Amino acid sequence: MAINDHAYIVGAYEHPLRYAPDHSVARLHAEVAKGAVEDAGLSKDDIDGFFCAGDAPGANPWSLANYLNLRKLKYLDSTDMGGCSYLMHVAHAAQAIAAGRCNVALITLAGRPRSEGISGTQVRVRGANLPESPYEMSYRPVTLNLYAMCAMRHMYEFGTTPEQLAWVKVAASRHARHNPNAMLRKPVSVEEVLASPLISDPLHRLDSCVVTDGGGAIVVARAEVAAQLHRPRIRIKGYGETTKHQDAGKIDLTYTGQAWSGPRAFEAAGVGPGDIQYASIYDSFTITVLLQLEDLGFCKKGEGGRFVQDGNLVAGIGRMPVNTDGGGLCNNHPSNRGGMTKIIEAVRQLRGEAHPELQVPGCALALASGIGGAIGHRHGAATLIMEREA
Amino acid sequence: MTEQRNEVQIPGDPALNPGDEQYFIAARNGSLLVGACRACGELHHYPRCLCPFCWSSDVELKPAAGTGTIYTFSVTRKGPDTPYCIAYVQLDEGPIMMTNIVDTDLDRVRIGQRVRLVCVPTDGEYAIPMFSPAQAGS
Repeated sequence: MAINDHAYIVGAYEHPLRYAPDHSVARLHAEVAKGAVEDAGLSKDDIDGFFCAGDAPGANPWSLANYLNLRKLKYLDSTDMGGCSYLMHVAHAAQAIAAGRCNVALITLAGRPRSEGISGTQVRVRGANLPESPYEMSYRPVTLNLYAMCAMRHMYEFGTTPEQLAWVKVAASRHARHNPNAMLRKPVSVEEVLASPLISDPLHRLDSCVVTDGGGAIVVARAEVAAQLHRPRIRIKGYGETTKHQDAGKIDLTYTGQAWSGPRAFEAAGVGPGDIQYASIYDSFTITVLLQLEDLGFCKKGEGGRFVQDGNLVAGIGRMPVNTDGGGLCNNHPSNRGGMTKIIEAVRQLRGEAHPELQVPGCALALASGIGGAIGHRHGAATLIMEREA
Repeated sequence: MTEQRNEVQIPGDPALNPGDEQYFIAARNGSLLVGACRACGELHHYPRCLCPFCWSSDVELKPAAGTGTIYTFSVTRKGPDTPYCIAYVQLDEGPIMMTNIVDTDLDRVRIGQRVRLVCVPTDGEYAIPMFSPAQAGS
């Protein structure tokens, strides 16, 4: 069933906090839920679909539905693919709406890894019964080194340099200085990125995203509901999702799942990479952005390094404005899951509500990409193409 | 950068799922096993109850030569018990597996480097297959 004539993003809200030691995770979810529903001009009892992922207390919808006292629910989805879950939720909500299963879907994300002292160099045990764990955990894979191994291979095959990776952070920092809520607001240079501590070769501390508390929420509504609201209507135009893994030993770390989810999204939307005016590209690390820009067709495979250098991702300067909120690299990466904030900034750009210095003039077509898990072994990927309805 | 010749830490036994024992007992005896399909002939890693390529259940574990080439790696320098080198090594038989590169100057590890198997005994019953450069002093 085609989703692109039925569902609209009508509400979006990003929590202003980046450090919330006195907030419970449920409170953060509640505050972003309220923010997004108010942004849409709807009320609590309009919500009849609820979507959340592994960051929700209990990792399923019933505890938060109870806390928020959602009483009209007839569609629930707790798809968890890490940081890209929320892009999947938007598309799954659109599908549910197109199928007549609900009218107004709420999607929430929140967490407090900064208060809880979680970092990217800790071994994270992800659950019992995982078949791969005995064959991996002794080697101490952590978020940083799983992404670093992809960067290392890309440098080897294509001659990508640490300086080129650093340009991704430089662009994010030039955007973040305009965002009063951003965790890192000070612009940094290529030299400063390279002078920051090497965490896992070749990635430095400043090649990495921030660790923040907070969250965000999105409301997706049926066309008839959206037509009655006084907000710009953002149509969900195309979507793709997938997972990429180790292929039982035939590993290729030079590309991400965006190479599969991206073309599906473009085909569904009937547009190509050259039509996209603004892109939110998942930025857990600098290398994550570079790989996805290639995989989504913004440049050829292997040319990502040259594409991102010299400010090409900076709004108003480069050809491809990316992550104008400062992204996960400088603004916000709540609950170590960056997909929600990717959607929110794309919505701001499409509504004309980005910072005036960074607003893409006449932005009508935007893309958001999400990665969940780690591109070095197993990850989810989702691509969302959104259009502002004239 | 100062030379960082990593000391091999004694690992604990991994938490096995039923069916994983043979691989880790073999490692304790100095051997690396890979999954092999009698139906399609493909090798795979890590071992499974079915061939991940053709889904035949006619699979067995076969010893690999224990030699290979570094596909990629990263030396982790910050965090608990650092530095250490995580890597993917392509076995000469074909499959690429996650591992650690040990007993070498970590600043001299390179993609494309030839490596050989080192089975590092755990403090329990098993051993963990790791790799070090094929030529001493390389």
